[in-house]
Amino acid sequence: MSEPLLSVRDLRVSYQVGRNFVHAVDGASFDIPRGSITGLVGESGCGKTTVARALTRVIAENAAITGGQILFDGKDLAKIPEKEMNALRWRDIAFIPQSAMNSLDPVYTVEYQLDEVLRRRGGLGRKQSRARSEELFEMVGIDVNRLNDYPHQFSGGMRQRVAIALALALDPKLIIADEPVTALDVIVQRQILDQLKELQTRLGVSVILVTHDISVVAYICDRTVVMYAGKVAESGTMQAALTAPSHPYTMGLRNAFPDLQGAASGILTPIEGAPPNLASPPAGCRFKPRCPFALDICGTEPPVIDVAPDHPVLCHRANESAALRIEAAKTETWMAPA
Amino acid sequence: MNMITKRPDILVSVFDAKLHYAVGGAFAAMRGKSTVVKAVDGVSFDIGRGESVGLLGESGCGKTSMGRLLLKLEEKTGGTIHFDGEEIGAVRGSGLKKFRSKAQLIFQNPFDAINPRFTIRQTLAEPLENAAIPKREREARIITALELVKLPEPAQFLDRYPHHLSGGQLQRVVMARALILQPEFVVADEPVSMLDVSVRAGVLNVFRDVRDRLGLTAIYISHDLALVRYVCERTIVMYLGRIMEDGPTEDIVREPLHPYTKALVAAVPVPNPDQSHEPLPIGRGAPDPRNPPSGCVFRDRCPAAHARCAAEIPQPKPVGTRTVACHLY
Repeated sequence: MSEPLLSVRDLRVSYQVGRNFVHAVDGASFDIPRGSITGLVGESGCGKTTVARALTRVIAENAAITGGQILFDGKDLAKIPEKEMNALRWRDIAFIPQSAMNSLDPVYTVEYQLDEVLRRRGGLGRKQSRARSEELFEMVGIDVNRLNDYPHQFSGGMRQRVAIALALALDPKLIIADEPVTALDVIVQRQILDQLKELQTRLGVSVILVTHDISVVAYICDRTVVMYAGKVAESGTMQAALTAPSHPYTMGLRNAFPDLQGAASGILTPIEGAPPNLASPPAGCRFKPRCPFALDICGTEPPVIDVAPDHPVLCHRANESAALRIEAAKTETWMAPA
Repeated sequence: MNMITKRPDILVSVFDAKLHYAVGGAFAAMRGKSTVVKAVDGVSFDIGRGESVGLLGESGCGKTSMGRLLLKLEEKTGGTIHFDGEEIGAVRGSGLKKFRSKAQLIFQNPFDAINPRFTIRQTLAEPLENAAIPKREREARIITALELVKLPEPAQFLDRYPHHLSGGQLQRVVMARALILQPEFVVADEPVSMLDVSVRAGVLNVFRDVRDRLGLTAIYISHDLALVRYVCERTIVMYLGRIMEDGPTEDIVREPLHPYTKALVAAVPVPNPDQSHEPLPIGRGAPDPRNPPSGCVFRDRCPAAHARCAAEIPQPKPVGTRTVACHLY
């Protein structure tokens, strides 16, 4: 793999809640190669949105990056001054927030909002800005005549397209999209995903797609980073995650949601229990309380083991993953521990 | 007029049900500009006793409105709905109370469906109080209901508040509340959409298990065909207030007949990197429910639309195991 576009090393982000600290992201490491589309997946509270926000340093007031590096184009985004960081936003890294559909300002026309990015951030002139806005609308498949419309005049799917157009405005190298299709219906969702993929391939931009929906990730991503309770459980190519999941959590997820192509008689198997409270996470491996393969050693901090090139796994038993996969495919394995 | 209601194997019989809303308000009405949104528009189907039916469709298709009509949470503006042979429109007073105990709703969002100031015991005692169940029987009924939904060691939950419970546990409490009066019929409206993937399967399995054990008749409302397939042997596909296709879920998944169902099935992402990325066989743009197309409501997005589709509303026709409302059949 050539030099990655973005390299996150041991990233830590904490929230202060009262007198306590919640370590929402507790040592996350992964790479984003150039021109890739990576799914950052996990359940609610796993830290995926916090990671995404930390990458642009747009984090909540009671949160702070407490450690690690975010290496992007030779700079450490965790350390550079705010002014320098601000210059990177939109130009190099664009962020599409969760429910981007509602993040557009209702009192300004869409063109005004595009114009703001293009002229103030991009330094374009009035005419250039108009031309670029038209070009962007064509790219995302909206009629150019609608540039002067207000956000409420668009449907949910179209507002999402506008948000994508905004993100693409200054030709960034990286787009981070937080749950971009979650609130949309399946058909619109599919159309937006196809468009995002097409633009990503054509423009060669890298995309990080933050979502809880593994099917969506499998559909358009070529890589994935699976998070659990503030840590990266495993990362690598999509192919590897689907055909050779190597962390017990990923293996468990595979049995937990229905698959339209699977056998009709298949039974779904939940992962018993719930993710831990990050204010007081369990010692050692955080998946231990729910893991059917947990041993005594799992009470200690698990190592990162490369089960294959470009496939690191955070698990004491990662080297046994091939055998564990066979066990994990059986429903009995996931029954509540006796 | 609907002979089917006499059949003992049918629990719910819907004939030409309509739910029309006037929108636009008084000023629009004064200017003659008020319009009618047809949330449900001429829907007919029967549900057999013990049957599980999925109501599938996108937002705004009328699936939730249909579910609310079935439970008389919304008054229909046309047609008939018979429950156990009785038309529910006229039911009032004690009859309504009886109906409410027999037909229950399982809410979508467990975090909203439960009063945060009530303990789990209070939450579950409320329906028992309303049904005038004697006090001394209540505790036992509550424990039984919680056991039914597989909440381990139910007694420990009784004095807890909702915020002490995880989403999966809370959804089980919502289910227990719907089941505590031993209904015959439940309508579940997207009951797992707010839950994390790893716990969804547990709630779905409980739903299937309880339904089979109690012989419940169930409607499962969802936009997710994969979930519907997991819980329902039969699926009704809705679009803009009408039924497009109705039949065995497996047949619909394997070989959808209606052009809308075809697009819907093709759009479902599957966890397979080799999934086809063919463009969907459907036009862009969500329809405006205030101004639906003439004839077939799907025609402006349909790749197979022809002249007849604009002129004539397609009536449901039997096609093999299914009923399809499309001029192609």
